[in-house]
Amino acid sequence: MATKVHGVTDFIQEISAMPGGEKINLCIQCGTCSASCPNANKMDYTPRELIAMARAGMREEVLSSNSMWLCLSCYLCTVRCPRGIVPTYIMHALESLAMRHGLSSKRTRTPILYKLFSDTVYNVGLIPRFGCMTRFYLQVNPFSALKAVPVGLDLFRHGRISIKGRNLKPEAKRQLQAVLDKAKALGGAS
Amino acid sequence: MRYYSYYPGCCMHDDSPMYDTSARAVAKVLDMELIELEDWNCCGSTPYTVVDELSAFCCCARNLALAEKRGFDLVAACSDCYLILNRTNQHFKEYPEIRRKINEALAAGGLEYRGSIRVRHILDVFANDISRDEITSKVKVDLSGLKVAPYYGCQVVRPAPSFDDVEYPQSLDRLIKSIGAEVVPFPLKTRCCGGSLILSEEDIALGLIRKLLDNALSNGAECIVTVCPFCQLNIDAYQSTVNRKFKTNYNLPILFFTQLMGIAFGIESKAVGLEYNVVPADKVLAAHVRK
Repeated sequence: MATKVHGVTDFIQEISAMPGGEKINLCIQCGTCSASCPNANKMDYTPRELIAMARAGMREEVLSSNSMWLCLSCYLCTVRCPRGIVPTYIMHALESLAMRHGLSSKRTRTPILYKLFSDTVYNVGLIPRFGCMTRFYLQVNPFSALKAVPVGLDLFRHGRISIKGRNLKPEAKRQLQAVLDKAKALGGAS
Repeated sequence: MRYYSYYPGCCMHDDSPMYDTSARAVAKVLDMELIELEDWNCCGSTPYTVVDELSAFCCCARNLALAEKRGFDLVAACSDCYLILNRTNQHFKEYPEIRRKINEALAAGGLEYRGSIRVRHILDVFANDISRDEITSKVKVDLSGLKVAPYYGCQVVRPAPSFDDVEYPQSLDRLIKSIGAEVVPFPLKTRCCGGSLILSEEDIALGLIRKLLDNALSNGAECIVTVCPFCQLNIDAYQSTVNRKFKTNYNLPILFFTQLMGIAFGIESKAVGLEYNVVPADKVLAAHVRK
């Protein structure tokens, strides 16, 4: 294990510095989050285990796991946590750290989707679903696009795929990008 | 007449036009005006938060700042947009540092946000701003006997604070009853539909969708009613994929709650837009709808 003792506080501090991550130290390991999570059984480590590992400073094991990428953001753990922790935000913080440090699990395609999505929001100001879906499948595996064909055809047949879609007015797009450029320059929320 | 700023969101705008048209038509019947926010941009959803949190907040903040110029409540029809816009609003109020940075970024686009806008979900508006009697008085079509599973999904009631119970809400149940249809028990009514994992982790999402269909059907539902374009698309358009994967035979229509309200109010069929629903609803409706 590559974990070093001095890394314990560093990792916890990194998580605590992100909005919603502050309460990680309040966890009593009751496991309510894991019992509530619809995807806990598909995760390398359940939400409760993930919090315990994070507090033990197991940075690399935590950040390279698939666990947080399977979080659905359904907030069931959050409304049930007896300590008022927001495990959903902790999952988001871990996803963010994994991405920032290039440690994202190679077994999940969710990080690719997230990146593509965010780039599109910046460039277009909107998410055209059809374009986004197509680009995602082409990027991860063009053959997997074949699997999506029946659903795509159904949607097309029912008039639910707009190839052109809505466009933001040029001045609105410029305004949004100016705001986002400045946000980026300000270097994060924490 | 009640006025609201209206935020359709990308998902609804792109692939659920029937939610938009039925919501606007229903609002009109109820003397409400949904005024679309001009030049709204994407809320950023969860993915942008993960990639760059401050940018994600700023995506929302631009919309909030535009809404503040007008002053009415900002109504989102998509549960994800609702949650994400609300989260920015909360962080804006709770974290002075985030508030400062958001306004510094907004200033680069000539905007400012003071934090005065209330973000609401369209279910909250239709269920709580108008009395049940008023809604019932607008019903022109008898839907009695139609068995409906009320599906809230996760993000319309969570996290707290919420306008309804976070695990077993009732506002949609009440709304369906007040337009004359029957509500069946639906224990999984706030379980997740799989959300965007339908693209990146399809097998997992399909399993979640199957549980919902199974739960609704085993409680005698003839259709599911939803309040979010994400949920509707996942359960409707992927139903045949679920059937192929699990060798099942589901054929359950998935309607937006505004479509069902529109049918009850007798609004024109173009606005109800049943032709956009992938699993056809006409048969189930024809068996019950009496004009």
